[in-house]
Amino acid sequence: MPLELYLDLHSQPCRSVLLFAKINKIPFEYKAVDLSTGEQYGEEFGKVSIIRKVPVLKDGSFILTESIAILQYLAAKHRTPDHWYPADLERRARVDEFLSWQHTNIRAHGSKVFWFRDVIPAVTGSQVPKEKMDAAVEELNASLKIFEDKFLQSRPFVIGDKISLADLVAIVEIMQPVGTGLDVFQGRPALSAWRDRVKKEIGVEIFDEAHKTIMNVNALAQTFESKGIPEFLKLKLQKMFN
Amino acid sequence: MALEMYLDLFSQPCRSVYIFAKKNNIPFDYKKISLFEGYQYSEEFGKINLLRKAPAIKDGDFCLAESVAIMMYLAEKFHTADHWYPADLQKRARVNEYLSWQHSAIRIHGSKMLWFKLLIPKALGTEVPKEKMDNAVEDFNTSLNLFEEKFLQDKAFIVGDQISLADLVAIVEIMQPVGAGMDVFEDRPKLKAWKDRVRAEIGAELFDEAHQGILHCQEAVKTMDPKVLEHFKPKILRYFLS
Repeated sequence: MPLELYLDLHSQPCRSVLLFAKINKIPFEYKAVDLSTGEQYGEEFGKVSIIRKVPVLKDGSFILTESIAILQYLAAKHRTPDHWYPADLERRARVDEFLSWQHTNIRAHGSKVFWFRDVIPAVTGSQVPKEKMDAAVEELNASLKIFEDKFLQSRPFVIGDKISLADLVAIVEIMQPVGTGLDVFQGRPALSAWRDRVKKEIGVEIFDEAHKTIMNVNALAQTFESKGIPEFLKLKLQKMFN
Repeated sequence: MALEMYLDLFSQPCRSVYIFAKKNNIPFDYKKISLFEGYQYSEEFGKINLLRKAPAIKDGDFCLAESVAIMMYLAEKFHTADHWYPADLQKRARVNEYLSWQHSAIRIHGSKMLWFKLLIPKALGTEVPKEKMDNAVEDFNTSLNLFEEKFLQDKAFIVGDQISLADLVAIVEIMQPVGAGMDVFEDRPKLKAWKDRVRAEIGAELFDEAHQGILHCQEAVKTMDPKVLEHFKPKILRYFLS
């Protein structure tokens, strides 16, 4: 039975998993999950994962959630080139350090900006209050600064000369706010240069293909107009503003 | 040169690192720091960890942040018993899956309990609005439900018969709201039984020693001068602007 990957390319962690599988020519069956219709809350998907998030990996009867765990699993199982997740103790620790930090920093702040600039206006028809928006962008900027000052510094990639899971996870997260029209690379030459290097290593074509969905900003509003707004989204929005 | 560990045991990730090192007889130079007093903002600490968070370690010239990365590094370097971070592909994936999920789930919601119930009222002199508090408690309970339904199920420990990094990280996070005065284990017999098993595996003495500070947090906060928490004001405001 082939490897199944449950993905929605609106989701950053789905993009890192897709790209990693493609770059390393890991054969898999693409199982599309439509988050915009709430498919993750359906009965079918519940049989795959009760956490009701994407990505999910199904390898025979083995089901695994969490992109970081999935990437680590695929790297080990398919013996991908060492640089992705080095065997060297200190180099691996550097990758692990970034993969841990990013959850509540770049990931959280990039996601929030995406929600504030794209999803919420698409659902409610109105803009997020300025104070809240400014605070969200400020947090994102703070995370980006830390990424540049601590994780990247003057190295070509996070851990040195070669791309690793750290760069892959970083780039898909940083592209999320970019998709809403907030060009975080503008005014950040070092970050832009790093992005270009990462794109080249991944392969510009597959990178752009993976990011096509998120770069198509207006589509969400149209989706909600034609398909309606799923219940889970209404509830989530209510909670966000309490 | 000895391994230096910069720890404040009020912090959950510091407790997991402390317990892991002690349990495995890993020799280290205990650098006790105070986050309340703002040591993380010192120039000295900035050289150890630019992220200005604890835990942080300095092993010779090698500095490392992020408890998950630190424990993986220590497990590998000191060849700790396999069950902590199993070599088996699927078992390791289960540990990685939990360690990834917990950042934005139990950790974030459990941390909020301490802030909302103790620290914010102390710092601002007012209680957190009821609706915000109720939402935060609900989020925490939802995380605990998922922990029991998906990660623990009917197993003795998260990965199966033996304790791993997953249980260690889970327990220190769950103890945080306990320190805030919440009886987390009331009406959760399965969770309580797991906690007792984990405490026994770690060693009751070591477990209790590591948790002494957080379990006396309520008293410590009562006698605390609110001015001590001044430097946390930006963080507190973010809780309300988010």
